[in-house]
Order: sequence, then C-alpha cells, then structure tokens
Amino acid sequence: MRKRNWYGRLGLVLTVLMVGFAGVGMFWTPYEPTAMVGADKYAAPSLAHPFGCDQLGRDILSRTMEGAGSTLMIALAVLAIGFVAGLLIGAFCGYFGGVVDALVMRICDALAAFPSILLALVVLAVIGPGKYNVIGALGILFIPSFARLVRGEFLKVRDRDFVRSARLMGVSNGRILFVHILPNTWPTLLSGLTIGFNNAVLAEASMSYLSIGVTAPDVSLGRMLNEAQAVWSTAPWCMLCPALVVVLTILGVSMLGEGLRERMAA
Amino acid sequence: MPKFTKRALLLLLAGVMLSASLYGCTGGTKDGTTPTASAQTGELSNGNSVTVGIAQDLDSLDPHKAVAAGTSEVLFNIFEGLMKASPDGGVIPAVASDYTVSDDGLQYTFTLREGVKFHNGNAVTMEDVLYSLERCAGSENDGTPLISAFLNVTSIEATDDTHVVLTLKEPNLEFINSMTAAIIPANSSDTIATAPVGTGPFAFTSYTPQQSMEMKKFDGYWGEPAQLDNVTFRIITDTNTQVMGLQSGTLDMVIHLPNTVKPQVEGQFTVLQDTMKLVQALYLNNSVKPFDDVRVRQAMYYAINVPEIIDFVCDGDGVATGTSMYPAYTKYFMPELAETYQQDLDKAKDLLAQAGYPDGFTMTITVPSNYTQHVETGEVLSQQLAQVGITAKIQPVEWETWVSDVYRGRNYEATVSGIAASDMTGREMLERYVSDHQKNFINFNSTEYDEVMEKALTTLDADEQTQLYKQAQTILNQEAASLWIQDLCDLVVMDQDLDGMTFYATYVLDMSTIHYK
Repeated sequence: MRKRNWYGRLGLVLTVLMVGFAGVGMFWTPYEPTAMVGADKYAAPSLAHPFGCDQLGRDILSRTMEGAGSTLMIALAVLAIGFVAGLLIGAFCGYFGGVVDALVMRICDALAAFPSILLALVVLAVIGPGKYNVIGALGILFIPSFARLVRGEFLKVRDRDFVRSARLMGVSNGRILFVHILPNTWPTLLSGLTIGFNNAVLAEASMSYLSIGVTAPDVSLGRMLNEAQAVWSTAPWCMLCPALVVVLTILGVSMLGEGLRERMAA
Repeated sequence: MPKFTKRALLLLLAGVMLSASLYGCTGGTKDGTTPTASAQTGELSNGNSVTVGIAQDLDSLDPHKAVAAGTSEVLFNIFEGLMKASPDGGVIPAVASDYTVSDDGLQYTFTLREGVKFHNGNAVTMEDVLYSLERCAGSENDGTPLISAFLNVTSIEATDDTHVVLTLKEPNLEFINSMTAAIIPANSSDTIATAPVGTGPFAFTSYTPQQSMEMKKFDGYWGEPAQLDNVTFRIITDTNTQVMGLQSGTLDMVIHLPNTVKPQVEGQFTVLQDTMKLVQALYLNNSVKPFDDVRVRQAMYYAINVPEIIDFVCDGDGVATGTSMYPAYTKYFMPELAETYQQDLDKAKDLLAQAGYPDGFTMTITVPSNYTQHVETGEVLSQQLAQVGITAKIQPVEWETWVSDVYRGRNYEATVSGIAASDMTGREMLERYVSDHQKNFINFNSTEYDEVMEKALTTLDADEQTQLYKQAQTILNQEAASLWIQDLCDLVVMDQDLDGMTFYATYVLDMSTIHYK
C-alpha cells in the first residue's frame, strides 16, 4: 500500500531548509551577527534588513542564522549524550533484567518525576550558565527517557524466536544486543530520537530565554526571544524570525520522524 | 496519517493558545486614566497606597551594614541620622536640630531635636544617639567602624541630655556629610535587621526576602509628614516583567528603568528622566592578570568607544565621566577627563603588544543580570573589545551573587556595574580606591593616589581639597584604574495620577513627597 506520505516529504523539505539555514549561518551571514549600528536600533524590516534590527542595531536575520546553528549543535550534542548513554543503559537493563535493571529503572523513575527543564534549571543555577554546561546538564537529563524507551523495546524483542536461536547457537551477548535486537527496534527509536531532538531544541531555547543558557556574545534563539518580548508591541519583528525558525524546525523534524516511522513500519 | 494530522493540528492549537495567553498577560493594559489602587496592600478604600517596582533585593535592613545603593535608597525613607540628605546634595538637620563646629574644626556639637520619636513610639534619647554613633564607630565588632568616616572620630560624648560632641583626629571638611548615619534605638542590634525601627517619615511593616518590603506612614514624624499611607517595594529583577507590572496595574511606579522601555510606556504613564547619580564603568580587578598592567587597561580604554555606548544604552542621554565622579558633583566633576581616551584602535593594539598581548586575550565580564543597562553595556563593550582581539565573555549573575562574589569577595576579572555615593562628598566617590580601603573592590594600588587622598581628606582649605580631589580623579583616569563610562540615564515611570517625585543629587528615593493628584 503506497499511501502518499506527504507529511514525511514536507518534513524532509522543512528540515533540510532549516538545517541549511543554520548551516549557511555557520559560514556566512549577511552581516556580522554582533555588529552594532546605532542608527539601526529597532529598525523595521527593510530590503537591507529583511527581518529588521534589534535593540542594539544588530541584524536579526544574521543573528537568527547564527543562533539557529548554535541551537542545532547544542540539540545534537544533547541528543548524542542522552541517546548513546540511554541506549547502553536501556539495552543492558532490558536484555538482562534482574536487580540492576530494577535499581536503574527506579533511579530513572525518580529523575523523570521532576520536569526535566526544572532539573536543568537547578543544575545550571549551581554550575553556572554557558554553552557546554547546558549541553552537559540537558544531555544527562535526557538519558532516563531514552533508557526507558530502549529498555521497553529490548524487553519486547529479547524472547522472540530469532533471539533464542541466536542464543542457542552460542552468539555472544554483545552481538545479540547490537546486531540482532537493535535493528528491530529502529522504528520506535527513530521517532524517539526526533521527539528527543525537538525537546532538546525547545529546552535549549527555554534555558536561554530564562537567561541561564547560552551567554553573550554567543547568540541564541531563546535569548533573542527574551529580548524581543520587551518590545512585542513596538517592534514585533524582533521576535518573528527566531520564533519562525524554532517553530519550523520542530514542525519539520516531527513530520519527518513520523514519516520515517510509517515508512519503516510499512 | 489521520492521527498525525490531528497531532499537527494540536501543535498549532497549542501554539495559538500560548500566544493568546501571552497576549493576555501583556495586552490587558489599562487606558492610563483609571486610578489604580494597589490591591497588594489591601487599602483599596482610600487608594492612598503605592507599589514600587525595584530591581534588586535588599542586602540588609540594618542601615549601618547595608552596602548596596539600591538598599540605601529604600532605607532612606525609614531611617534618619543626625543630619539627612537634601535634594541638592547637601545635608539638613534631622534628628539633630542644629550643630556647631569648633574653630579648629575638631569638635562637632549636635543639639538633639525636641520631640523626635522612633516608630515604636519612644522618644529619641541621648542613650539612643550615643549607642547608634558608637555602633557606627565599631563598638559591636572588632572596632572597625561600620561607616568609614568614623575612622576619624576619637571620642563621642554627651555633655548633657540634648548635646553630643564628636571629636575628630584630624579636621575634615566633609565630616558633616557623613552624619547621615542612621539613629536607631539603643541596644537594638539583634532586631534591627529583622524589625527595623527608625525615625523617618515611613515605618517598616514587613519584609519578604526576594519578594517585597512594605512600609506605612509614620504619624509621629517630626517633620513634613508623608503623603502616602502605604508603600510596597516589590522586587522584580526583570525589566520586562516590571513594565508588564506597570501595564497590568500591579505596580504604580518603577524606578531606574532603562531608556529602551520608553516607547512602551510613553503616553500611558508619566515618564520622568534624570541621570542615575552613579558612575557606570567596566570595573577591572587590578590585581588579576592582565589587568595589573596599566598598558593593558589603557589599551582597553582606547579600544572602547564611550559615546557609542551612551548612544546604544541611553539614546545619548547618559553623561560620559572618565573617572569616578558624576556631574551632579558640580564642584569636583571634570568633564575634560572623558576626552582622554578617544577610541584609537592602533594605539590600543600598540599598547597591547607592548604589554605582551599582541593577539589580545580572553576575559570574562560579570554583569548583574537584573540591570538591563549593565547587561547591554557589557554586550556593546564585548563587541568593541573584539576589534583589538580581546574576547570578552559575558557572565550574567544574580544580584546577590554579584554583591557577595564580585563586590565583597573581589573574585572576578571585570564587571559592569554602577557605584553611587550615599552622601555628596568627594570622599564617597574617591576614598574607596585607596589601596587598603575595605571598599576598594577593584584592588587599585597606587602610592601616589594614596598620598593625594590622604592630603585631600585632612586639609582644612576647601579650595585645596577641591584641587586634590581633582588630582585624584586625574590619577584614576590616567591609570585607567577602570574603564569609567557614564552616569546612566534614569527613567522613573509612574501612573499618570501620581505626582511629587523629587530627584536628589545622590542615589536616594524620597517616597514622602509622592502623592496622588
């Protein structure tokens, strides 16, 4: 059955666009993202500045491009930490079970009982703001959700016939875990990953919005939104570009994830 | 697929709801003509209450121990000294009704005013006065005066029930200005920080850390009584939230707002503009490398562009200072010092190269995150310093952290902040940079400066003192002890039906003259 997977495609297009937008921003921006021009304070959108300028006369488009790049990098790093650690813990617990499993899962439950943003806030309040601290704090806080997801999948698969036969044939545990079981869990993990990515983008933006995330002179979408909030009525364009980028990125990635999942499940 | 479309719809809906709720937060502005009585104090019946937004918590309610200017400006309404600050920067008699100075300038005799009462109803007696003055002189700690002017006091004696004589080690022309130190009830040391009792026009009612402080009109005040019945200071560390508070009516007045909020409040509120009566600077920790090298400090001064900062942060309404003195000090202020360091990137790079940093260096600027002006100045500075290869990272910290780590702990590289004077003496702005002074948080160390200040503080010739203070200011400027920037522009925004704001030449907020029209 070939349903037209339109949202997957749209998601792909959006994702590529947004990643491209951020990617270009890493090498080229129309203006220097930190260059300030006094005459352009709160300048309205124009041909020279398609999305206007902020309170210090900096080009919003350029700042958004750089901000999107750093948000994306942070989200990916957070995802990498959370996913790799979560995968190892979850796979081990799901496959072997036992006391360790029970213990680790209770710890994860305890961690999951707090809203992760709140926990990250506490951690950052203690260790101080900054790009790498944000990555560290969010990365660790993303581990439990991945661990649980992976564990559930491994639990489902570990008693299937092909795993049993592999075990009877004397295949090593490591091989069973990562060669036999893991590929069977991809569809679920993949949507877990896309949701996780979106959560990471939002979490980073929220942290910076609350000014405990990325610090100046680094640019961040969250901080731009925070600064723009003050002038929402007098210079609404300040929030337009960064907000659009956050929304489109998240929309794109979740559509893409959904599309991929359906495709693999089919 | 239908499942997913539903999810997309939900996502959109959530977005719409979120924006709608945000709009609700800020959109419900009143038309500006409705009189707003503060619901916070429960005094809706007469509406004679005002809620004031302030940007920082109070560091202590003990008037002798509070160090932050933002605290003293609030406590000004509750406490008075023998003398109190007047709007022009001088002092007028308060708890004392009169004073005389001996011909040699060493003996100050104060006559207590009759009928001055504490907020607890007790009359102010000689015992209270002696206790307060001795406490300021360090009687309750290791003898280190809580107020540095008392270093110069050798004896405090009562000659009768209404006269107290202070004897000085050395004559000091500005001593009288320091006699604003609060008079508190005798032996109230244990309670003063939790239940402050003073003699001012307002009496303390309650304080919730990080939230608010309330005070009410003191009916037994000896002078011109306050016109408001209740005043609540609400601590809101975020400028945007303060403006929203004004618009929603939870705040009637906000002090020290940055110029950037002007477009949002103009028309709806009374906007009063003045300068802040402080010196904003990029304060450099002179004992930390590389700022221990005068060439580095000068290079940084040449690298930055002060007029540009004033344009960005204050729309050009700040006043460049060039040293630790602000223009309200008409006697000492030297506008020409602001001209010493015109932006000159080549000179800056030369000086950096001489100092051994041809490629610049990396530094951290700590900024108190509750002051938008300082945060923005930090960003502009960071951008300007980048032109000579100096990478300046901005680290925002909470106000409490700033006071404890930066100001008291001196554990920082550079910080953008403002230093204000609690009385109108040159001493207030300059003595703190004497090498071993307890308030010398930039660790400035110059023998020449110490000598000049020593002379300035002891001379009896007013003209000579003015010259010496000017000399001291010039040293701070030449040595680029810190990158002095400006006296910031200052906005007071209040409901249109409020009136009576009095601007002082010092960092003072006098609530007693505020009233409804």
